[in-house]
Amino acid sequence: MSLNRRDFLGRTAALTTTAMLPTAVFADGTIKLGSILDASGPFDAYGKPMDQAMRMAVSEINEAGGLLGRQVEVTAYDTQSDMALYSQYGQQLTRQDKVDVVHGGILSASREAIRQTMRKTKTLYFYNVLYEGGVCDRNIFINGVTPAQQVEALVPFAMKNSGKKVYILAADYNYGQITARWIQKFVADNGGEVVGTDFFPLDVSDFGSTIAKVQTAAPDLVIAPLVGGAHLSFFRQWAAAGMKDKIALASTTLGVGNEHKVLTPEEGNGIMCAYNYSQELDTPENAQFKEKWAAMFDGDQSMHEIAVSHYHGIKTWAEGVRKAGSLDRMAIIEALETGISIMGPGGKVTVDPKTHHAVLDVHLMEMQDQQMKVIETLPQRQPVDTQAVCDLSANPNDNTQYEIEI
Amino acid sequence: MDLSFVIAVEVLYAVASLVLISAGLAVVFGMMKVINLAHGEFMMLGGYTTITAVGLGVNVFIAMLVIAPLVVGLIGLIVERLVIRHLYGRLVDTMLATWGLSLVFIGLATMIFGNTTTGISTPIPGFAVGDYQISGYNFFIIVVAVVLVIAMLAVLRGTRAGLIARGTMQRADMAAALGYSPDRIYMATFFCGSALSGLAGAVLAPLVGLVPTSGGAYIAKAFITVIAGGPSLIAGLLSSATSFGVVNQVFTFAISPVIGEVALLVAAVILLRLMPQGITGRFFKGKL
Repeated sequence: MSLNRRDFLGRTAALTTTAMLPTAVFADGTIKLGSILDASGPFDAYGKPMDQAMRMAVSEINEAGGLLGRQVEVTAYDTQSDMALYSQYGQQLTRQDKVDVVHGGILSASREAIRQTMRKTKTLYFYNVLYEGGVCDRNIFINGVTPAQQVEALVPFAMKNSGKKVYILAADYNYGQITARWIQKFVADNGGEVVGTDFFPLDVSDFGSTIAKVQTAAPDLVIAPLVGGAHLSFFRQWAAAGMKDKIALASTTLGVGNEHKVLTPEEGNGIMCAYNYSQELDTPENAQFKEKWAAMFDGDQSMHEIAVSHYHGIKTWAEGVRKAGSLDRMAIIEALETGISIMGPGGKVTVDPKTHHAVLDVHLMEMQDQQMKVIETLPQRQPVDTQAVCDLSANPNDNTQYEIEI
Repeated sequence: MDLSFVIAVEVLYAVASLVLISAGLAVVFGMMKVINLAHGEFMMLGGYTTITAVGLGVNVFIAMLVIAPLVVGLIGLIVERLVIRHLYGRLVDTMLATWGLSLVFIGLATMIFGNTTTGISTPIPGFAVGDYQISGYNFFIIVVAVVLVIAMLAVLRGTRAGLIARGTMQRADMAAALGYSPDRIYMATFFCGSALSGLAGAVLAPLVGLVPTSGGAYIAKAFITVIAGGPSLIAGLLSSATSFGVVNQVFTFAISPVIGEVALLVAAVILLRLMPQGITGRFFKGKL
């Protein structure tokens, strides 16, 4: 890009004017919560319930009198499952709408698309989704389970139910790539062997040759961190080929978007997974949550793992604002770093001060008749993968996503 | 042994699905010289028609093999009457018009069905070949493709209607002089081409998660297959689908599905460099 003097002066003037706009214009108005989610397109099975969860959390906060005596107002953008729109709406939320906090992002690609914008514009950012771990940035708080919380528990559980030879089928972007490496590590740690790993771009929906290829490797177990609507066809084609009773199947993502309700029982039964939330959790918090959800959305029951994470995230942020007693970003970060806990439908969720990740319950589950049956509960797991590499109290200026080395 | 059988089925399946994806375009573009950029959307509509019909309780095979081709054929008919018939012989203009149509169809499907992934389960169970399991539905697709090719051949070569259609595509003025109405024949041919696209979309629907933009995934492959096939309609379709299907599957098995797709595109580039008129521009000359 060439920049001549006139352009330069024009832009500088524009920037300066924007910077001089009083940021405290809304001081006595509402608190602005920015939301950025894929509420349509191939990832809408994830994003729509997250959007509902966000609206429910905000309405609960407002019904209880708001925060600091002010109502919370939502500014929401639908990114239509298009990664390019994240950068655009991320800029819009921070520079035009000047929101006080941003909650959102679903795929890890979308998080990385907006994380630096949030950091540069000093906008507090919550990413409330299960992911591959390792993000170390003081401006972001992460509520989803990480591989040490999920994969570390799932792998030995699934291997115990099947055998030691494992084949990995993963989505081809940062989440799938890094999660596949974690799976390789935990399979090796448990005395198993990875006999093959394949990656698929997010729009691949024909898995015929892959299913044949998996059979040539004859694994005991297939672990599938596949993502989005197109990849759902793998589970259909796997069942259609009659593989379900021959090779065991586990996934780190299936069910996160309520896929077990889209698949028929024949297609889904017996698939193993591990998450923080299942609709079948038998706790008073969950019963109350499901009831409120049904009342708010005309009997709908589409809440799932990451919708609940999103709900936890917004409740955690609200708790941070209450404790800080102000909307100042640093004050809220410091309040959250005291190790705030909330009780949500997924149990107790505590902010880990060193990593800004969450300490939470993880449940080993199996799909049965379109439900996720809880087999075993592992209480209050620490995000040890990220804790091993990230210490924000020692290095507050860290801004890296650490990846696992094998 | 079992493995080679499984691989052979997968290769045949890849060839068959390329034939299905391209058949409608081969008629509309290969015969009628209309660059139909809405071909992928015709397929997408075929998929949605099937899913809607199955949702209304229609038998899935009737929905795929009868209802979807008819519905999409009728949509094609309307499009032909309203838009395409004014543009015959104007290659670039049809391109622009059909591209606009594809956007309209995507928009309409988004409005009606929502920008969300839908799908149906495959209606045929898998079965075992020795130690391997294969999808029964792959066989169904192969059978449909074979029947389709035979039917096209029979109609174009064996019936008077096929002869008239071929004659009109070559010399519309002569056909008119002999008392046939080119306008009617173009209309009927476009209906058939659209119906074939609808059939392809319907038959492939159980294998994919369908979204309004699904058509984009097919359009490039369809054009590559038809263009690389060259001037002969069926010989071209078969020869290029076979070449690309084999290349795609060999690389998919040997390396990965991504490399398989890349290999298909590279093969197309090399093939068109060596044979700019397409495969049937050099081999099988004069065949149908």
